[in-house]
Amino acid sequence: MQGRIHSLESFGTVDGPGVRYVVFMQGCPMRCKYCHNPDTWEVNAGTLMDADYIIEQYERNKGFYTDGGITVTGGEPLLQIDFITELFEKAKAKGIHTCIDSSGITFNPDSPEVMAKFDKLMPLTNLVMLDIKHIDDEHHLELTKQHNKNILAFAQYLSDKGVDTWIRHVVVPGITDDEEYLYKLGYFIGGLKTLRALDVLPYHDMGKVKYEKLGIDYPLKDTPPMDKTILLDKKKAIIDGIKARRAELEKA
Amino acid sequence: MRPEWKDFVGGKWENEINVRDFIQKNYHPYDGDDTFLAGPTQNTKDLWAMVLDLQKKEREAGGVLDMDTKVISTITSHGPGYLDKSKETIVGFQTDKPFKRSMQPYGGIRMAEKACADNGYTVDPEISEFFSVHRKTHNAGCFDAYNEEMRACRSSHVITGLPDAYGRGRIIGDYRRVALYGIDRLIEDKLAQKASTGRVMTDDVIRLREELSEQIVALKMMKEMAASYGCDISRPASNVQEAIQATYFGYLSAVKEQNGAAMSLGRTSTFIDCYAERDLANGTFTEEQIQEFVDHFIMKLRCVKFARTPEYNQIFAGDPVWVTESIGGVGVDGRHMVTKMSFRYLHTLTNLGSAPEPNLTVLWSTRLPQNFKKFCAKMSIQSSSIQYENDDLMRVTHGDDYGIACCVSSMRIGKEMQFFGARANLAKCLLYALNGGVDEVTKKQVGPKYRPVEGDYLDYDDVIAKFTDMMEWLADVYVNTLNVIHYMHDKYCYERAQMALHDRDVRRYFATGMAGLSVVADSLSAIKYAKVKVIRDEDGIITDFETTGDFPKYGNDDDRVDSIATELVHKFMTMIRRHHTYRDGFPTMSVLTITSNVTYGKATGNTPDGRRKGQPFAPGANPMHNRDTHGAVASLSSVAKLPFMDSQDGISNTFTIIPGALGKEDKVFAGDIDLDLK
Repeated sequence: MQGRIHSLESFGTVDGPGVRYVVFMQGCPMRCKYCHNPDTWEVNAGTLMDADYIIEQYERNKGFYTDGGITVTGGEPLLQIDFITELFEKAKAKGIHTCIDSSGITFNPDSPEVMAKFDKLMPLTNLVMLDIKHIDDEHHLELTKQHNKNILAFAQYLSDKGVDTWIRHVVVPGITDDEEYLYKLGYFIGGLKTLRALDVLPYHDMGKVKYEKLGIDYPLKDTPPMDKTILLDKKKAIIDGIKARRAELEKA
Repeated sequence: MRPEWKDFVGGKWENEINVRDFIQKNYHPYDGDDTFLAGPTQNTKDLWAMVLDLQKKEREAGGVLDMDTKVISTITSHGPGYLDKSKETIVGFQTDKPFKRSMQPYGGIRMAEKACADNGYTVDPEISEFFSVHRKTHNAGCFDAYNEEMRACRSSHVITGLPDAYGRGRIIGDYRRVALYGIDRLIEDKLAQKASTGRVMTDDVIRLREELSEQIVALKMMKEMAASYGCDISRPASNVQEAIQATYFGYLSAVKEQNGAAMSLGRTSTFIDCYAERDLANGTFTEEQIQEFVDHFIMKLRCVKFARTPEYNQIFAGDPVWVTESIGGVGVDGRHMVTKMSFRYLHTLTNLGSAPEPNLTVLWSTRLPQNFKKFCAKMSIQSSSIQYENDDLMRVTHGDDYGIACCVSSMRIGKEMQFFGARANLAKCLLYALNGGVDEVTKKQVGPKYRPVEGDYLDYDDVIAKFTDMMEWLADVYVNTLNVIHYMHDKYCYERAQMALHDRDVRRYFATGMAGLSVVADSLSAIKYAKVKVIRDEDGIITDFETTGDFPKYGNDDDRVDSIATELVHKFMTMIRRHHTYRDGFPTMSVLTITSNVTYGKATGNTPDGRRKGQPFAPGANPMHNRDTHGAVASLSSVAKLPFMDSQDGISNTFTIIPGALGKEDKVFAGDIDLDLK
C-alpha cells in the first residue's frame, strides 16, 4: 500500500540509535505550539509512496546504516498505522532495526479496532520514541489542543508489552520548564519497565521560517530559545523523579 | 649496515633507493588510543606565539610582511633564517627570515613583478631586464607557442586556471630519501642513472641527461643549504630529530625553487615513526621531545609562503600552499599503517591550534584501528581541519606508498609525478554547443562554428549530439594547450629539487580536470525530464532558459540523473585519452574544484538547470547547493557513483555539517548509563 510521505532523510543521526533512514510522514492531529514542522500537519498533502520504494531506498545504502535502521516520524506516523505496519513487516523480513517517533496521540485503549492494530505493529517495532509534551493534562491541552490521557496510556502499554522506549521531552521556557512538573514526568516514566533512555530537547525557534512561508501565525513569537546550560538542571529534575519512583518500586 | 641504521630491520632498501621497503620492514602499527600524547613545551608555545605575532603583523601590513625584490630564489640563495635559534629544534625558512617571501621569476617574470607591485614592492630593474631580454621564462615560452584558438579559449575561460604563468606544482619529491640515505648516496645513485641512459642521443635521452645533471646540482645545493644551518645531511639521519630535519630540508629545497600551485609533502609520518620508536626504545628521546620536534616541523610548514597576485588568490580562494601530508592507510599486506606518529601529526592541531596548512589528510579505510578512527572524529569536530581520502579505493591502483598532491591527486611517492592541468569548463561547453561555438558572455566565436540549436524548445537527443561534438573539440584544444604548457615548464622552470628525489623513470600523469559537473548533469536532466524553452537575445544568442516542470537533480541518489553525470565523466575522459600527450603522459582527469568553482561560475552565463549567470558552480563533484534534498547519504551516494577509473586524478566532495546534525550532545542525552540509577 501507499503512504503519504512528507520527505525522506537519508542521514538521520538524531532520531534513534546510529545513522538512520528517516521517513517523515505527512499529517498530524496535534497542534503543538512549538512544532517546528507545521508543513507536516495537513493530512491530505505529501507524496504517495510504496513501502517497497522506501525499503529499496534504504537497501541501496544500507552500508551506512549498520548501527542504525529506519525511523518513521512526522507529522504523526501512527495516523497511517496500516502503512507503517506493512513497512515494518518488510523491514523485519530484511532484519532492519525499526523505530517509531510518535506523540502517541492515536492510541486508544477503548477502541478494540485501534488496539488490534497496535497489537499487530508492536512485535515489528524495536523501539518507540514517545514524546510526552506535558505531564499535566490541562497544560497539555493548552499546549497541543489535545488531552494526554491516551498518550500516558500508550506509555504504560509499551511498558506492559515489553517494547523498548525512549521518552522525549521538549523544554520550552515558561511553558514546559516548571521543575515540579518535570519531576512528575520523571516520576511517571520511572514506573515504565522498558524505559531505555531519556532525551531532553531544548526548544529552538528554527521552525519560525516555515510558519512565515505557510502564512501561519507563530504562536511562540515572544519565547526565546532554551538556554542549554539551564537544560541540564531541567534534565536533573526529571531524573530525580525517575529515581524517586524507582526507589519506591524497589521498596515495594 | 651503516651505523645510522643500527637496530633497523635490513632488506632491499639497504642496497637500492627503496623507502617503501624500509617502512614495511620497520614500522610498528599502533592500535592504542591518544592518551600517550604530550602537550606543547614552553619553547613550542614561545615560538608559536612569535608566529602568531608575525601573522598579525602580516595581516596589518595588508597580507604581505616582506618580499625579496633582488635575490632570485634558489636552494642556496639565502643564508639561514630563524624565529629564535635557541628554541627551534627543526630549522629552516625559505629566505633569510620568516615571513619574507622569495622571488621566483622562472614561471613568469610578469607574474613575479605583479606579485611585488600589487603588494607595494618593485622588482629590481636588472632582474626584470634579465628575464625579459636574456633569459626566457615558462610563461613567455607558452605564449610563443600558443595558437589563436588556445588564446581565445583561455580568455573566454572555457579552459581556466592553466599553469602557464605560474609554477604547475603537484609534484611530490620523496623527501624521506634525504633522511634515510643522505645526499651523498642519492648523488651516487643519480650518477649511476646518468651512466645508464641510452647512447643514441635522441631528444628524450638528451633531455633526460640534462635533467639528471640538474638534479645532481640540486642535491649538492641541498647539502650546502643544510650546512649553512649547521646540519650535515650528506649522511643518513641517525635519530628522529635528524630524520624530520632532513626530510624538511628536502621539502624546503623544493619550496625555495618552485612557487607551485600545490607543494605537497607526501607521506612522511609512518616513515618518521620508525625513527621515533627506535629512539623511544633506546631512551634517546622522550615522548615530549618527539612531540616537540613534530610541533616545530609542522610550525615550519605553516610558515611556507609564496609571492602571489590578487588574481591568483581569487582563483584559489586565498593563498594556499597545499602542504598535503597523507596519514594512515592500510598496507598491501593487510596491516594498517597507523602509527603513533599519525596521532602526533594530528595532535599538532591541539598543540598549535587549528590551521588549514599543512593539509593533514587521513587515508581512510574501514580497516583503520577503531581508536584512530575515534581520534580522527574527535580532531575533526575540534578543528574542522582534517581531509579524508578513500584509501580502499586508491590502494588498488597505487599500492601503499602513495601520497596526495594538492587535495586529491594520488601518486606513488618518488615513482610517479603529475603534470597539473587545471580544468575545462563543461558548463560553458554545453552553452557553446547550443550557440554553435559562440561565447554566451562575450558573444565572440570561440569554439568551432557548428550549427546552433534551432526552435524554442531544447530536444535532449539534439542537445546531446551537439554537446558531444563540442566536447570533442574542447578535449582537443585543451589537451594540446597542456602539451605546450608542460613542454615549456620542463624547459624553463624545471623542478630539479623535487625530481632529484624521484626514480629515473617516473610515470607522468597527464592530469586534466572538469568543472561544472553538477550544473551540466542537472541541465541535461532538465532538458530530458522537464521542458526547457530557450530565450535568445537581439543577436540570436541563447542567453537564458525557461524551465517548466520538475526534473531529477544530481545529489539525491536518483539514477535517472546520476547516470547522466557518470556518463559525462566517462565520455570526456574517453575523449581526452584519444589525444597525444606530452612525454607520453598517462591521461587522467579530476572533478575537484574546491575553491575555483566560484571563479568558473562568474565567467559562465545562465544554464538550463536554473543556475543564474555568474552564480558559483558547486565545488568539485558536489551536487548544486540546496538541490540535494534527501540528506547526506543520498547526496554522497550520487557522488560515489562517479567512475574513479575515469577520474583517477580524484573526485572531491566538500562536506559541511553542523555538529548538532551529527548526533546528540552527550550532556543532554541520557542513555542507558544515566538511567542505571543504582
